[in-house]
Amino acid sequence: MNYLHNIGLYFLMIREMFRKPTKWPVMKHLILKDIDDLIIGSLGIVAFIAFFVGGVVTIQTALNISNPLIPKYLVGFATRQSIILEFAPTFISIIMAGKVGSFITSSIGTMRVTEQIDALEVMGINGLNYLVFPKVIALMLYPFAIAIAMFLGILGGMAACVYGGFTSLEDYITGVQMDFMPFHITYAFIKTFVFAFLLATIPSFHGYFMKGGALEVGKASTTAFVWTSVMIILLNYILTQMLLS
Amino acid sequence: MIEVKDLYKSFGDADILKGISTSFEKGKTNLIIGQSGSGKTVFLKCLLGLFSHERGSISYDGKIYSQLTEDQKRDLRAEIGMVFQGSALFDSMTISENVMFPLRMFTTMSKAEMENRADVVLKRVNLADAHNKMPSEASGGMQKRAAIARAIVNNPKYLFCDEPNSGLDPKTAIVIDNLIQEITEEYNIVTVINSHDMNSVMEIGEKIIFLKDGLKAWEGSKHTIFKTDNEVVTDFVYSSNLFKKVRKMYIEENQ
Repeated sequence: MNYLHNIGLYFLMIREMFRKPTKWPVMKHLILKDIDDLIIGSLGIVAFIAFFVGGVVTIQTALNISNPLIPKYLVGFATRQSIILEFAPTFISIIMAGKVGSFITSSIGTMRVTEQIDALEVMGINGLNYLVFPKVIALMLYPFAIAIAMFLGILGGMAACVYGGFTSLEDYITGVQMDFMPFHITYAFIKTFVFAFLLATIPSFHGYFMKGGALEVGKASTTAFVWTSVMIILLNYILTQMLLS
Repeated sequence: MIEVKDLYKSFGDADILKGISTSFEKGKTNLIIGQSGSGKTVFLKCLLGLFSHERGSISYDGKIYSQLTEDQKRDLRAEIGMVFQGSALFDSMTISENVMFPLRMFTTMSKAEMENRADVVLKRVNLADAHNKMPSEASGGMQKRAAIARAIVNNPKYLFCDEPNSGLDPKTAIVIDNLIQEITEEYNIVTVINSHDMNSVMEIGEKIIFLKDGLKAWEGSKHTIFKTDNEVVTDFVYSSNLFKKVRKMYIEENQ
């Protein structure tokens, strides 16, 4: 029963977020600040993980291709497919659920605990529009981070492949270019936009509606991470079924 | 003037407010006192519109809050200043930015005009040197004064304070009390203070409402509270020996 209540409350929050908009000069400032906090601030970790996981995917693929009849360029092909279809949009989003999600929940939750949200409401400001809407807009730039992750993942794979001596540079590049379907990029970005919305709204929901003190802020962050990850995995399955099958 | 008529509020099966009627006048400091759990905070949050009430009415200068449209409520709230128990200053802004916040949200002032206005109110609360401090760098008393500055910067008609003295040393508490009283008279606003600080009651309580178990148990002023025979009030207000002696002396002096 509590789950149903929370699901209903979540959708009411989404509706309320668009009502009573904050003045544009203030909103513009909030959006830019959130782009800095949520996107620019995450580029380092996204780049680091993408580069090295791309390398690991390539090494494992190369090591598992022991049959001499399988061409070496398949390593590049497998790396590209893994990174574009799953690793960059889904795996990075789950990491972002931990990094960005817990930041959002704890910052909004702390504002709730210290009555800062009450202060906004007393002033007649729509707290959801003021706090959550800029995060949703800022995270619409999240696909740029994922595009960088795709590029660096494939680059990391190339570095591991060539410097590890698994295949030649030519073979890797041939594999990366082989049977390329542009719709796979579209599919990956559709997923990314959906995940970006989840990354902004689910942690915000857990922060905004939390009750209690400092301990509950920590618990809310954990719960937000769990639910964001669950919803990303679930919607990943549904979208893949809808778009690729 | 704020008028409250027969106000009821409950959470589930628990009745918190059980028919409170009172009024708060302009230019006076009105105190709501009572033990923890007596319904003070719920009453204040009902007055602020943060909690909706089941029965009764709250009217601000004749406008019944529950009958207002969302836009009218928003306009009314722009006329309300609130000082929270924990100050509720925005962590990510300097004290000056906190004070300018209501101006940025509700006025079309230029940046220079906002800075001038913030400067005036910060000087009024003796925080002229704290413009660029972050709330975390300010003491409890400074945070309270900054919260008062933020509450009055947009010339509100109504000022609400939730335990403005909590966590402050006695000297700073008196400074805050006097500041609130001076501002109330100077700006001719309706001020409602939620408190259980007996020093505040004796110093600035021009009108005092005593709540017990969700009911208004007593209503009076700092003068009449010394003379009341209401046991519920005297048990609470004169629970310490010091206040018992103060009361005795006051009665003896005024006989």
